[in-house]
Amino acid sequence: MIEPGLYHMLFISTTLFFIGVYGFFTRRNLVTMLMSVELILNSVNLNFIAFNKYLWYDKMDGLFFTIFIIAIAAAEAAVAIAIIINLYRSHKSIDVENAEDLKY
Amino acid sequence: MPNATYIALIPLLPLAGFLMLGIFGRKYFKNTSGIIGTTLLLVSTVLALYTAYGYFFEYGKVDGIYQKLVPLKYTWLQFSEGVSIDMGIILDPISAMMLVVVTFISLMVHIYSLGYMKGDERFPVYYAFLGLFTFSMLGLVVSSNIFQIYIFWELVGVSSFLLIGYYYDKPSAVAACKKAFIVTRFADVGFLIGILILSFHSGTLDFNTLIATLTSPETAGYKSAAAASFIGVSALTWGLALVFIGGAGKSAMFPLHIWLPDAMEGPTPVSALIHAATMVVAGVFLVARLFPVFAISSPNALSLVGYVGAISALIAALIACTQTDIKRVLAYSTMSQIGYMMFALGVSKYGGEDGLGFTASMFHLFTHAMFKALLFLGAGAVIHYIHSNEMKDMGGLRKYLPITHITFLIACLAIAGVPPFAGFFSKEEILLAAYEHNPTIYWIALITSGLTAFYMFRLYFNIFWNKEAHVHGEHKGEGGFAMMMPLVLLAVGAAVAGFIPFGHFVSSDGKRLETAFHLQFSIAPVALGLAGIFIAMWMYKTENNKPDKFAASLSGLYKATYHKFYIDEIYTFITKKIIFNLIGRPAAWIDKNIVDGLVNATGNGTKDISEIIKGFQSGKVQQYAIYFLVSVIGLALLFIYWWK
Repeated sequence: MIEPGLYHMLFISTTLFFIGVYGFFTRRNLVTMLMSVELILNSVNLNFIAFNKYLWYDKMDGLFFTIFIIAIAAAEAAVAIAIIINLYRSHKSIDVENAEDLKY
Repeated sequence: MPNATYIALIPLLPLAGFLMLGIFGRKYFKNTSGIIGTTLLLVSTVLALYTAYGYFFEYGKVDGIYQKLVPLKYTWLQFSEGVSIDMGIILDPISAMMLVVVTFISLMVHIYSLGYMKGDERFPVYYAFLGLFTFSMLGLVVSSNIFQIYIFWELVGVSSFLLIGYYYDKPSAVAACKKAFIVTRFADVGFLIGILILSFHSGTLDFNTLIATLTSPETAGYKSAAAASFIGVSALTWGLALVFIGGAGKSAMFPLHIWLPDAMEGPTPVSALIHAATMVVAGVFLVARLFPVFAISSPNALSLVGYVGAISALIAALIACTQTDIKRVLAYSTMSQIGYMMFALGVSKYGGEDGLGFTASMFHLFTHAMFKALLFLGAGAVIHYIHSNEMKDMGGLRKYLPITHITFLIACLAIAGVPPFAGFFSKEEILLAAYEHNPTIYWIALITSGLTAFYMFRLYFNIFWNKEAHVHGEHKGEGGFAMMMPLVLLAVGAAVAGFIPFGHFVSSDGKRLETAFHLQFSIAPVALGLAGIFIAMWMYKTENNKPDKFAASLSGLYKATYHKFYIDEIYTFITKKIIFNLIGRPAAWIDKNIVDGLVNATGNGTKDISEIIKGFQSGKVQQYAIYFLVSVIGLALLFIYWWK
């Protein structure tokens, strides 16, 4: 059993990040896109935790940052879902193509 | 001292008439407007006579010299210490004389128009315009400030424009009023620049101060004006010459005279008032107003005045011999007589016996106003009767228009210089002044005086003698009391005005000038005048073919004069072919392609750029995310590999 090190953590967070990016670019469903954004945010969280633990283990900055990000992500999800619900009410769909109308 | 209120009322009453008739005339004074305008002007005339009497006989003279009094001065616009535009009144011999001339002639024309314009659709408007003109002209003659004179100068131009274009449904009248306005405006640019040059150097706009500064060589203003020069001519001469261009434009001097004959499109009483007796002498008046500066400081500018006047007098007299429209003959005759006044100023010197030209010029202005107004009003009566301006439609009218005939004859004798009528005295003085100072101009003047007699009597015989009258249609008679009364009054003026000892009142330096009468000197001009009259009588008294034969024998010269020496054609050529092609078209090209091009390029450029970048803003969230990602990667690479 290999003790997981910094590189493993970074590998996982990078993977999560690109899965999130891929999902954000390719999905048409707004809820799925929102989930992809959450993935990206969590990959960042993981980075903060990993660096804090392996490089500056006597400090707590990374952990606090992570807690802030989780709080903000929750608020952001609430706003995003509110927008999506409104879009659904007016367009009867949550396809991202319909959100183009917001431009006008 | 004079009472400023009375003098100020002289121009203000016609202004009141203008405002009243102009604003309410068509509604409330449809039929009474003529009476109102005439009454107001009658009051003005009485006040002007009262003022002139007071000035000349009571308070004007101090130690035998007529003073320049300034009874009223109101600072209107102050620019800096000493430089301000004032509205004021100056009283000196020439302005007092002009007040009388302008109000009197204007009154005559007002009365005459009661008959002449009767039944006209726009009767109140006509009287309103006459009031505006009289106001501006009176304001002009009493101006105490060179800028004030410019303001009234332009007002006079506007009212002249309005009255020439009075029959605005006639295309020729519209063209004539535009022409008059543009030509005089063009000349007025010279006047304005002249004012600026003179006032820049003298540091004032006030007439008295300006004249005092520019005539005494020890002042700083005189020194700077005489020292500054452009193409070898001092600023002082330039300033005066430019002011004279303004005067030449208004006074129809060659080569800016082209508007005057066309201005005859206006109603005939207007021609009598504006284009014969008063407005066209504004140029002479202006030179006379600045005469000390011309005479003392810049003899060059003064001799320019002299030669322009002499050339205009001769050319106009030649052209007048061949014209067939009676009003045009009179227009050219006016130009010729104003030429006389101009060169009389031009040959004059300042002060004493040498200032005879100045007195003679003002004297001629005075007498000319009388007989030329009379000639025009007489011509108006003829036109009123015949309904045509052309000589060929007239003839034998002496039986039908007896009063007009006699008064017209008096005016013709006066202008031809036959003693003892008014023109004789003033013309003698002018010729004497020219004889003493400039022989070239004297000979031109002598020839012109012979020609004057010839063309005036050509006109007279063609209208009243020649063929038998074939009058048809309804006979309205001579136009009633309103039209005949001014004729008779003016005829009296034209007959006796010459006996006024003018030199006692008006002279270049305000001192009394004795004008001696030289019998042996008058022989030549009078003989020439009589010769002109007899030739005209021989050729035109009865219907015959002598004029045609004579014209044929002089074919080239006759044609050239008949076409007014092609001056109009030259102007058309210069403006249409040269100015339009060399300046107008390139300017239009620059405007269209470069100025407009720049503006259009800015607009089109913005539009094209926005066309290109508009695609980026698609509203597709995922596309934005890709731009964002690509840019972040790009920036990351930039920072990692190039920024260091």
